[in-house]
Amino acid sequence: MGLVTDTGENKDAVLAAHADHRAIAALTQHLPDAIQNAKFDRGELTLTLARERIIAACRTVQAAGYNFLADVTCVDWYPNRPRFQISYHILSHPLKQRIRFAVFVEEGDPAVDSITGVWPAANFYEREVFDLFGVRFGGHPNLRRLLMPEDYRGNPLRKDFPVEGYR
Amino acid sequence: MGNLLTAPTVVDSSEDRTMILNMGPQHPSTHGVLRLVLEIDGEVVVRVAPDIGFLHTGIEKTCEAKFYQQVVPLTDRIDYISPMHNNLCYCLAVEKLLQLEIPERAQWLRVLLSELTRLNSHLVWLGTHAMDIGALTVFLYCFREREQILRLFDDLAGQRMMTSYFRIGGVALEPPLDFYDRTRAFLKTLPEKIDEYEDLLTGNRIFINRTKGVGLLSREDAISLGVTGPPLRASGVDWDLRRDMPYSGYEKFQFKVPVSTDCDVWARYVLRVQEMRESVKIATQALDGLPQGPIKADAPKIVLPDREAMKTQMEALIHHFKIVTEGFGVPAGEVYQAIESSRGEMGYYVVSDGTAKPYRVHMRNPTFATLQAIEKMCVGRLIADVVAAVGSIDIVLGEIDR
Repeated sequence: MGLVTDTGENKDAVLAAHADHRAIAALTQHLPDAIQNAKFDRGELTLTLARERIIAACRTVQAAGYNFLADVTCVDWYPNRPRFQISYHILSHPLKQRIRFAVFVEEGDPAVDSITGVWPAANFYEREVFDLFGVRFGGHPNLRRLLMPEDYRGNPLRKDFPVEGYR
Repeated sequence: MGNLLTAPTVVDSSEDRTMILNMGPQHPSTHGVLRLVLEIDGEVVVRVAPDIGFLHTGIEKTCEAKFYQQVVPLTDRIDYISPMHNNLCYCLAVEKLLQLEIPERAQWLRVLLSELTRLNSHLVWLGTHAMDIGALTVFLYCFREREQILRLFDDLAGQRMMTSYFRIGGVALEPPLDFYDRTRAFLKTLPEKIDEYEDLLTGNRIFINRTKGVGLLSREDAISLGVTGPPLRASGVDWDLRRDMPYSGYEKFQFKVPVSTDCDVWARYVLRVQEMRESVKIATQALDGLPQGPIKADAPKIVLPDREAMKTQMEALIHHFKIVTEGFGVPAGEVYQAIESSRGEMGYYVVSDGTAKPYRVHMRNPTFATLQAIEKMCVGRLIADVVAAVGSIDIVLGEIDR
């Protein structure tokens, strides 16, 4: 469970090693308190952000040239805490570069602000995460189930949901 | 009759003007089980709300219960029209997690088969799209050529559609000896066949009237709504992952990326037809320059041994037994690998916790995002244009619902 037990002692080293990276430069300049952790693994940059700063961080990197939201999804680290990791994959057409944002939320209050105001593409992705993981997105224009039936109970992609379903 | 025509309009409150119409999930032009809830004013579309999930089978959940190598056949079932792109994307993601080097011959074979898959997929798209709009003949022409591709796949992998031919670390088998000659012969004839389709459609007045200026999607909307692939390029964005962020050795191939600024259904048609011609070129280059060498990575703990080796060498037998019964551990971490599939950016997000089963597999499928743009394309147009717009984004419900 490398991701959860990673407490972030490498953060400053990673940020210093990639100081000329456009996303890191923009975030450290405009939102220095947003980055909680940074990881550079297998050529991919992952920035863990404070939950309440996700919209501001998305706007910052959007202004820095990361114009395309490729994906939003979730990982359930049950029984570890914090339980849910929301992963945002953002692509830059001009820079030909990808970054990943991660936001961790607790089981008791699985909620994060919706980024549909920054990228309308997040609409379906956030509905899918809400549907399959039960994470709520504040400010989402239409937060309803997407893939499962509307009267379905439970969130199938949570780790405590059995693969064969409840009988 | 006169007073019927001049009958006073009874509708004055705005809520009464519109009505709700269900299109699908059993409508033939929705390419599967897509349900579109249309709000219409007369025949003009006021609002479109896609309702998806009828084909949801929980593939992402199933992946978490399988060994890494057992996930490959599941990925075929996501996009059943271009299965090899799914195989490729998943294998590349796991290989990135493993930091595994793939032999050059396997990479070129993957490129060759990816392009054949793209041709296969575009042929299905062209046939069904033209049929939706009313040009029935093209469908039969396209399926004639598609049948040849499926026969090649059948010879190669033993399966026509769910090929599962790619493996983590390479490809499954050396292709049969006549495969190259047959593929070359097929690729040689295909440009003429594409001319035939174009003869039927490109100058066709009805087809032009049904597609030009229909389903408009601006460049800004395309980017903000997550549109990728031919619809993105038809909106004037010069972006192709094969060229801009190459994978599996695509940087060694010469090809053009067609772009248009017309933003309509017609532009998407023109682009895909041009893409088919480029795919023929890439596949021919892959055939011509196919290097010699192994087709699997040198990683005995990950890649299954040859049948011959397994039956003659004790070590190979042990590795085989271990891989089949226990799988192989993958170092912890997370990767996102994207490829340019027939429909746009296909991305696999694979998270490993160090065990032999993936902790989480998420597929970012192109038409899932592109479907969000359907409202922008259809509002203010006629119901018949919805059919053209849905066809132009080339949806496959298998990959939307997963």
